[in-house]
Amino acid sequence: MSLVNAVNAVPPEPDWPLWEVFVRARRGLSHVHAGSLHAPDATMALRNARDLYTRRQEGVSIWVVAATAITASSPDEKDPFFDPAADKPYRHPTFYDVPKEAPHL
Amino acid sequence: MNSSFGAVVEPPTAVYAVRLGDDALILAQRLGEWISRAPQLEEDVALANLALDLLGQARMLLTYAGELEGFGRTEDDLAYLRDERAYTNVHLVEQQNGDFAETMARLLAFSTYQLLLYEGLARSTDETLAAIAAKAVKEVAYHRDHATQWVVRLGDGTPESHARMQAGLDRVWPFTAELFETDPLEKSLTEQGIAVDRTVIRQAWQEYVSGVVAEATLDQPTESKPTETRSAARGGRQGIHSEAMGYLLAELQHLVRSHPGATW
Repeated sequence: MSLVNAVNAVPPEPDWPLWEVFVRARRGLSHVHAGSLHAPDATMALRNARDLYTRRQEGVSIWVVAATAITASSPDEKDPFFDPAADKPYRHPTFYDVPKEAPHL
Repeated sequence: MNSSFGAVVEPPTAVYAVRLGDDALILAQRLGEWISRAPQLEEDVALANLALDLLGQARMLLTYAGELEGFGRTEDDLAYLRDERAYTNVHLVEQQNGDFAETMARLLAFSTYQLLLYEGLARSTDETLAAIAAKAVKEVAYHRDHATQWVVRLGDGTPESHARMQAGLDRVWPFTAELFETDPLEKSLTEQGIAVDRTVIRQAWQEYVSGVVAEATLDQPTESKPTETRSAARGGRQGIHSEAMGYLLAELQHLVRSHPGATW
């Protein structure tokens, strides 16, 4: 780094907020969580996401969401949230005979 | 090779391709210097992406120049084995990066110019140049957007960022006029429909840059007011460069010259 750069270098900004990135791989698929990044605002977050998560043609559409805007289930609530579904196999469509004429189910 | 310093001297289309290729090559080198030094990791990657886009353009342009020249010189020969006087990039791209704001000011000026140039060149009667330009237009549109976003944010940001952005713009501005200087060689190529008329794209360049500068609440430097430290630059197309160029080339060429034929 030159002396000019050393003197003028912009100090790291530790306070850029965190954004979650969702990428749709191709038309017809859902957006899937790809990762997270830091950016000063939503517009720049979208651009950073383009550079970080679609460099190898991974996507045709990107959503960015402020991490603080996501309400997530807590690991502590895992049992009341998810366990009651464990013993209810009748919720799965496993008791039907699939007709031969419907190959893509 | 039939010239001192290794310059490409003919045919005119090859000379033109080298000018465009050298602009891209040298700015790629400068942007690459930001890797690991940008304000955030995300910006490291962004600047590296822009640099790689420019490097790709330089490769195609220099390869084509070498083919036209007909002495068997490859992209590497032209990128690494010419002397300083044989490089025909403008002074704007060879200047040191300065701080992040100055780098963004330069990127705004250069990518706005380059986008207009490539848009015109995509209609060139030279099919190879047209194809290279058509591919590069999308890349450079993104470069201009990136620069625009940052210039607006820094200019219309805090007092500190505003002052730095203004200082960066003031330092870069005297180097912008050279982008639009033409010469008999390019005039002839323009008449043949091969090259882009630089005087024509200047107005559109001015309009776009002025719009960004205004949105960023910055003052546009006046052309007749070179800054204290730098006067208006010229001569790059003839191989006359500023002090910064020698240091840049030393770093760019060191490996190839020290270890001829090295590969990995």
